[in-house]
Amino acid sequence: LIELAKSAVETALAAGASDAEAYASEESGREVRVHGGTVESLTAATHRGVGIRAWRGGRVGFAYGTDLSEAGISAIAAKAAEAAALADEDEFATPPRPAAGAQVAGLSDPTVSEWSSAKCVELALAVERAALEADSRIAGVEQAVYADSADRVAISSSTGVAGEFEATSCFAYLQALAESDGGRETGLGFDLARGPAGLDPEAIGSEGADRAVAMIGAAKPPSRACPVVLDPTVAASFVALIGGAVGAGSVQRGRSPFAGRIGEEVASEALVLHDDGLDPDGANSSPFDGEGVPRRRTALIEEGRLRTYLYDTYTGRRGDAASTGNAGRGGYRSLPSVAASNLLVAPGALSFADLLREAGEGVYVTDVAGLHSGVNPVTGVFSVGASGRTIEGGELGAPVREFTIASDLVSMLRAVRGAGVEARWVPFGGSVRTPPLLIGEMTIGGS
Amino acid sequence: MSRPALIEPAVAERVLARALAGGGEFAEVFAERRRGASLAIDESRIESVQSGAEEGAGVRVIAGGTTYFAHVDGLDPADLERAAGEAAAALGSERVEPRPLRAVRASPLPIERQPEDVPAGRKAELLRELDERGRSAGGEIAQFSASYMEARREISVANSDGLFTGDDRTRVRIGVQAVARSEGSVETGAETLGAHRGFELFDGDPARIAEQAARKALALLEAGPAPVGSMPVVVGGGFGGVLFHEMTGHGLEADHVQKGASVYAGKLGEQVAQPLLSAYDDGRLPGEWGSDAIDDEGVPTQKTLVVEDGRLVSFLYDRLRARRDDVPSTGNGRRESFRHLPIPRMTNTYIAPGEAEPEAMIAEVPKGFYAVSFGGGQVDPATGDFVFGVSEGYLIEGGRVTRPCAGATLIGNCLDALNAIDAVGTDFEMKTGICGKGGQRVPVGTGQGHVRIKAMTVGGTQA
Repeated sequence: LIELAKSAVETALAAGASDAEAYASEESGREVRVHGGTVESLTAATHRGVGIRAWRGGRVGFAYGTDLSEAGISAIAAKAAEAAALADEDEFATPPRPAAGAQVAGLSDPTVSEWSSAKCVELALAVERAALEADSRIAGVEQAVYADSADRVAISSSTGVAGEFEATSCFAYLQALAESDGGRETGLGFDLARGPAGLDPEAIGSEGADRAVAMIGAAKPPSRACPVVLDPTVAASFVALIGGAVGAGSVQRGRSPFAGRIGEEVASEALVLHDDGLDPDGANSSPFDGEGVPRRRTALIEEGRLRTYLYDTYTGRRGDAASTGNAGRGGYRSLPSVAASNLLVAPGALSFADLLREAGEGVYVTDVAGLHSGVNPVTGVFSVGASGRTIEGGELGAPVREFTIASDLVSMLRAVRGAGVEARWVPFGGSVRTPPLLIGEMTIGGS
Repeated sequence: MSRPALIEPAVAERVLARALAGGGEFAEVFAERRRGASLAIDESRIESVQSGAEEGAGVRVIAGGTTYFAHVDGLDPADLERAAGEAAAALGSERVEPRPLRAVRASPLPIERQPEDVPAGRKAELLRELDERGRSAGGEIAQFSASYMEARREISVANSDGLFTGDDRTRVRIGVQAVARSEGSVETGAETLGAHRGFELFDGDPARIAEQAARKALALLEAGPAPVGSMPVVVGGGFGGVLFHEMTGHGLEADHVQKGASVYAGKLGEQVAQPLLSAYDDGRLPGEWGSDAIDDEGVPTQKTLVVEDGRLVSFLYDRLRARRDDVPSTGNGRRESFRHLPIPRMTNTYIAPGEAEPEAMIAEVPKGFYAVSFGGGQVDPATGDFVFGVSEGYLIEGGRVTRPCAGATLIGNCLDALNAIDAVGTDFEMKTGICGKGGQRVPVGTGQGHVRIKAMTVGGTQA
């Protein structure tokens, strides 16, 4: 694959580019969906493609394609060079430089290729069964899904970047349905790992069932401002938003609530945040980022202060900083742009019971909805739909639904009063590992 | 203009036979060639200039209740047969002989000017026009960005029922975002313009959307916090239609219904809204963003009345779910690409114009909220809980629209909220959206005139 990437670079140079980079990937994957004890669908997939970035001085163009014949690559290279001619000159647009590579162990799990499809079907069925058997109020499962993939990625550039790696990943989830008194509730259970042997179908199934059953009889809470405990899945969604807002791309273009705030107090001391592209357990870990720059660990928020932004090569040059290895890429079809790798919130000292006790009277939020439309990424102001349980006298109370929680990202970070001991990986909107968080005050919009 | 099919009929027949070799009652091959290009302007500089070309095929076999699906990049007969081999169910179940293919000519939506044939410089020029218009809307416009995209999808579908057809779809879309900044306040405004049409869409004055987005951002500079609590809500026309899309449309998709994971399951024929409300899903609206000649299973798209005078009259079907309910497909089997299985999806969904004047609707509200437009929405069809992010909203006080509000979200439950719609406006507008479901994103149109909901929860920060 690296040879293919190298020859694509040569082709782009021949097509008139002053510099070029090729990102080639090969992927095979499968997905099993089960419902009611039978297989609903079984998918087998293979992908192969290349994306070429071409520079003409400070002008950049990009093209991708799936035709990897010599003629196909020539056509893609020509398109990339042509695209560069249309772009405006940008003094900071330069190709990445090669650097000594980082290493991450265990990115590839052999069980992905060892497990037969029949065995994967078994796993998905076990997830569904676990939910159905967990509680008599579980009326069914909307869908239980298992999916895995094995990817190989190669990057080469005319400036000497050359690297290749392999990684596997898999996940399983289900949406359980609980019923009582005519009402219907749903609950999500999920887990992810490098290979199917790392998944626990029982845990996934019973999490979905527990979440659905816990919501039975939920009512709308009264509107008020009060302490809120975010469970790790919800905390992770907000942390992913913060990870996006500290990307230098939005900061430099004045579209981030964190712009101009390096060194400032943006959070309480209870909130410590890192980006780590080398964590062996992180879904987005790799030896190098989407443009071949080595991944690393970067402190973002420590002692309540914003330490740095996340950079790729372009924003690094523009911000007079080095790339932090945070060029994200959604495969060969996309241009690289700044993105968090794995975001890690440091666990605190409080047990879950302690968090509830600290909260006293408030709301425990177990699910949020509408993040893509309810958050203004420029200002950080948000209002999103939520459901969960009340917290009464420092303990979990009745289920509540159909309310909003509102604040802004910086106010929320400053109001963090505690972090739980137990952290969990959550793949929503990014790759995040976080414990539950206690927020001193948020606005609840209900009845 | 008719183009040759992406696969030869003889190849398709061979692939279908191979797909059914291990058993199964239905097989299909879906071949696709996709080409697209996009560029953006930011900080008044043309950037992110890119293009892509992909081709590939997906083969599926349905055996019993199970769908076996394989997809490959490439359209060589060898690629297709490989996919067929992978999809072929080794079940030894009853085997159906594929019927000989009979070509059905679909008439793709007319495209006057293929964007591929428009010089790239003209597209950059369009973005510069947008940039200039947006920035000149006011001194407080601190940032402005715009993007242009074109996409063409040629598809061929052949199945074991003997259907052999195809479509050629071209879409273009521009989007703009303005950021306005004044003392201590930052606000954004966004707008889009898109269609299942060619570059002719941009004849006239496309740059008006730049001005609209900038005005929105400027208006919000004066915004105070949004209110909290239950109150009457008037929703604006156009993208306000995402309200019906989320509240009802998703719950009518037959996959959710058949699993009992929709609040509308078992409610066919029942009154779910006031008699003043009728709504459609229409994949045939000429040139609309969500329109196609045929769906991604080769079924002609149609205009489906889903709510008639408040009564629920139809669900939305693809082939698989239609077969289960023993009804014809409504032409709603859509897929993001050859890499995805078709599932029931909306096309252009809208509430038909009613009889209320928008001004009168607002005048009747002593204290409420006016949601002019949404940033998007989300629903859990099983519970019916939904949420909408308001991108432009105002307070209604004493029957008059007063100050703008930032950061509001509407939240509620489908059945209650649909039934609480007590006025539908005479005005009407369609807007473009991208709808995500099951990991697949497809273009959809949403539309309506002004609509009033008697009571709905507004979630802001001002308790």
